[in-house]
Amino acid sequence: MTRESAASAPARDLGAFASRHIGIDRDAEATMLAAVGYDTVEALVAAAVPASIAVDGFREPGSSVLPPAATEREAILELRALADRNCVRTSMIGLGYYDTITPAVIQRNVLENPSWYTAYTPYQPEISQGRLEALLNFQTMVCDLTGLATANASMLDEGTAVVEAMLLARRASKSPSNRFLVDADALPQTKALLENRAAAVGIELVEFEVPEPTTVPEPTTVPERTTVPEPSMVPEPVEGTLSTVPEPVEGTLADVLADGAFGVFVQYPGASGRVRNPAAVFAAAKSAGALAIAAADLLSLTLLTSPGEHGADIAVGTTQRFGVPMGFGGPHAGYLAVRAGLERQLPGRLVGVSQDATGHPAYRLSLQTREQHIRREKATSNICTAQVLLAVMAGMYAVYHGPGGLRRIAQHVHAAALRFAAMADAAGLQVVSPSFFDTVEVRVPGGAAPVVARAGERGVNLRLVDADTVSVAFDEVTAPGPRVAVLDDLAHAFGIPAAPAGTQSPAADDADADAGSRFGVPADVVRTSDYLTHAVFNTHRSETSMMRYLKHLADKDYALDRGMIPLGSCTMKLNAATEMESITWPEFARIHPFAPAADVAGYLTLIAQLETWLADVTGYDTVSLQPNAGSQGELAGLLAIRGYHDANGGSARTVCLIPSSAHGTNAASAVLAGMRVVVVACDELGNVDLADLRAKVAEHADTLAALMITYPSTHGVYEHEVRAICDAVHEAGGQVYVDGANLNALLGFARFGDFGGDVSHLNLHKTFCIPHGGGGPGVGPVAAKAHLAPHLPGHPFAQSADHALIPSSASSASSGSASADAGPVVSTIAHGGGPVSAAPYGSPSILPISWAYVRMMGEEGLTAATAAAVLSANYIAARLRDSYPVLYAGDNGLVAHECILDLRPLTASTGVTVDDVAKRLIDYGFHAPTMSFPVPGTLMVEPTESEDIGEVERFIEAMIAIRAEADAAAGGGTDNPLRGAPHTAESVIAGEWDHPYTREQAVYPVTSLVRGKYWPPVRRIDQAYGDRNLFCACPPPEAFA
Amino acid sequence: MTTNERKYTPDHEWITVDGDIATIGITAYAADRLGDVVFIELPEAGADVAGGTVVGEIESTKSVGELFAPVDGTVIEVNTAAIDEPAIVNRDPLGDGWLIRVRFTALPDLLDADQYAALVSR
Repeated sequence: MTRESAASAPARDLGAFASRHIGIDRDAEATMLAAVGYDTVEALVAAAVPASIAVDGFREPGSSVLPPAATEREAILELRALADRNCVRTSMIGLGYYDTITPAVIQRNVLENPSWYTAYTPYQPEISQGRLEALLNFQTMVCDLTGLATANASMLDEGTAVVEAMLLARRASKSPSNRFLVDADALPQTKALLENRAAAVGIELVEFEVPEPTTVPEPTTVPERTTVPEPSMVPEPVEGTLSTVPEPVEGTLADVLADGAFGVFVQYPGASGRVRNPAAVFAAAKSAGALAIAAADLLSLTLLTSPGEHGADIAVGTTQRFGVPMGFGGPHAGYLAVRAGLERQLPGRLVGVSQDATGHPAYRLSLQTREQHIRREKATSNICTAQVLLAVMAGMYAVYHGPGGLRRIAQHVHAAALRFAAMADAAGLQVVSPSFFDTVEVRVPGGAAPVVARAGERGVNLRLVDADTVSVAFDEVTAPGPRVAVLDDLAHAFGIPAAPAGTQSPAADDADADAGSRFGVPADVVRTSDYLTHAVFNTHRSETSMMRYLKHLADKDYALDRGMIPLGSCTMKLNAATEMESITWPEFARIHPFAPAADVAGYLTLIAQLETWLADVTGYDTVSLQPNAGSQGELAGLLAIRGYHDANGGSARTVCLIPSSAHGTNAASAVLAGMRVVVVACDELGNVDLADLRAKVAEHADTLAALMITYPSTHGVYEHEVRAICDAVHEAGGQVYVDGANLNALLGFARFGDFGGDVSHLNLHKTFCIPHGGGGPGVGPVAAKAHLAPHLPGHPFAQSADHALIPSSASSASSGSASADAGPVVSTIAHGGGPVSAAPYGSPSILPISWAYVRMMGEEGLTAATAAAVLSANYIAARLRDSYPVLYAGDNGLVAHECILDLRPLTASTGVTVDDVAKRLIDYGFHAPTMSFPVPGTLMVEPTESEDIGEVERFIEAMIAIRAEADAAAGGGTDNPLRGAPHTAESVIAGEWDHPYTREQAVYPVTSLVRGKYWPPVRRIDQAYGDRNLFCACPPPEAFA
Repeated sequence: MTTNERKYTPDHEWITVDGDIATIGITAYAADRLGDVVFIELPEAGADVAGGTVVGEIESTKSVGELFAPVDGTVIEVNTAAIDEPAIVNRDPLGDGWLIRVRFTALPDLLDADQYAALVSR
């Protein structure tokens, strides 16, 4: 829509949903405009956005491919229709994705609870103790099951976790070798990811075979328990099974190790299902100076010897099958754990225990200074985020089931696999490996496809390994107990008689006894060690207790369900209930990522529509939804640029120009794409120094690969010269990467692709309403012009390589289609690059959120949201300017969608720091704005369009009051309400009160708090103590005595 | 060459020399800018180091600083007390908070106290 038409469509006339999503009504708008000094929102935005990039008139009203806004009811009905085109079948494909039963108490109280899903990354630990404890549970669970010392707070998925383990091994290994040894029986999607990522940074991959045991040693069956084991039950030790002296490795591994390697990676159990003892491989690797890495299935580790006990330095994997639905690929929490001594090398987030100002134990993120945004081009990983919501769910699954319950699930799964193997064996079919946990490969020479087809007739998806081999993977759903109904379907598929025990016998002793002689888990990998012994995994057996534990934790945290989270550059807007509605529908949740295309027609349509809409609003031609985070979108975009240069004779083009004001992750991503970072200076306003840019472009003209630029800038300003900047890079043969982190300031008013961008990543968890989940999930789609499409992320198991194509020139000419159901008239283009995620479409189960947002907002609603966000930020800047200088402004003294409050003068005059103000805001019932980014000593405030004026006024009142408190504290030492913040209830009632300010001022500085106070559970947390005394698992209960 | 005068590098490290042994630490300015030091990683005694290369890390609650070797030589001693208790570097950066001792063959050009003071006051 044009600005003229926007002027005739004020906020009150927007669609029903848009007027609920946008918090600023017509009266509030008038109040805010008066304070900022403009008559209309359109006039304000016209004054703020440089004319040179504005899309005014770039197309006629109605030319967008976005359908007109749907109501909430209509959107749900359309999603229902799309869901109905997906087909939930019994999934036995395996390969790291398993159907699972999400305990209803976890689904209702975590996944569907805004207290958990609308929280931000726990950067303010005092108001995040609940999810930090939940993450410590997750870390403890991973450490226990893997037998390693320290686990991080989750990874994006298993495939990228293996990549991160490879990179970790390279920096931790003393071997000069550049070779990484990969198990031939690794998951195929992991191999594809490794190939793509290793090539970018010059690592050579070498495949090897893990030696098979010559015979299956000892009787092998893990006994199935027909009674529920006690939570504290210790598995019976199996005598003489752990090989203390590893066998020497013979043959291929020894040969390849002789040539050197920095890391060796084993899948445990293998992709084929085989369980092999990796101890000898790991011992050989370590004697060659390589790090030993296991990708291990967590459920299997309840029965199998842990990687740590086998000698692994690093274990990685996924926790998906711990109650997190497959979701057609994600989101799920991957994990990464390391032995003692490697903890400071961990990528991602790590939760640790410290203490607060009163000496009470308190949780916090540890070792934050090692993160990519601090280390920039020296970073060793570009992973910024975790999968917190999913890690919380997986950890709670272990809390819910306890060690005995998990073991029982694993035993049922294993017993079903044993029974199937015995059944196939008895019918004369060849079971490929006698040693497995949950996955059985069966040889059916020439008959694999018909077997898979017959299974399909019965609603069962099997894995077609090759023309002669079919693989069958059991899980918690197909093997719910002694009765395994699916065995009948399998018998039909394989054309063999069903074992009588398979469908009837609750005890199944006979089948197990028979199977035990031939199949099962080798005795030398049967687990004998304890796990999940901490009280938290052995307490909450009743649902009442579980429900209350989840409520107890949620109550400690501050999320959007309590109040505003004005974090600059994070865009903490509404995550509407209707947007969230469909993600737990089985047709979206219970779909395997490698399911046949015919099963996922609804998903593929939804994905194509969302790709089309996102391309349209950003001015690009095609979009990949595969990257699981903004950082991964950056990497995918930069790899596409490298691929493009390579394909056009520009292999020498590896220099990436990055302005000094850029987010640190840009530089980290560039390094991981194999680029060399050259920093471009910025002026005092945070804008790119055009003269320095031209000089750097000239200096590196022959090797220039790309410029990464954030628009509006990280300083929250619309830069004037962005077109000239893009032109300068293009003239030298470089590509322009526009970081879409701040798209919420632009949507509807300008498009990256129109002012010079070749490729961008977007953050669906910012602009497009996917909730932050307390620090993940995220989706970081990469949007690009058509010339980069051949290098955008592909995937070996993608249901289709083709993606929507809307040539940006065509989008201005064609009238498009207004029907969401039919979809816009678009063509397709193949994405031919390597994968950046384990699943072809990343995290599809949360895409309905963004789909619903765009569908319900329409183009007018999206434009109005941007305008409201810009208005609100400028209103805050105008109201707070007298108390705190606003650091940067663009045209006419206006900011974009966020403003930076400069606290340095205040610190100089009163000694009150950014930290003090941030913690004092907790006492006022707020989450602090972004601290010291992009400029140290400042706060960056982003209200978003969703906050109403009442909440914005409450924030302004708090900030002005804090300014007065700071002035009063000047020269009076450090005993003041700011340095003492945050104040717990205990701190103001326990013992003598001997501070120069009152108890009332401490906790009720404004009267509105008296009836609706958020009480922080801990006082200010000692950062240094936690980093000096690193402890990253659940503390013993006595610590809280 | 023997001098007890403390010299400085533009990387905010100090050096004192006794015979062919250089004692190396970080300056008070660097320790202050880093804030609370929480972890120190140093080369092993016996390691050969090359001047200008990164040989260790000093991690604080704000950032991770790199320790550069100011001279070519062989590490003969590292301050294990500082590794065990990194706060020493904040408390006494020029004394008990020293980091490594290196046997060197030649000294590069270094800053004197006035020159270093001028550098950090810029």
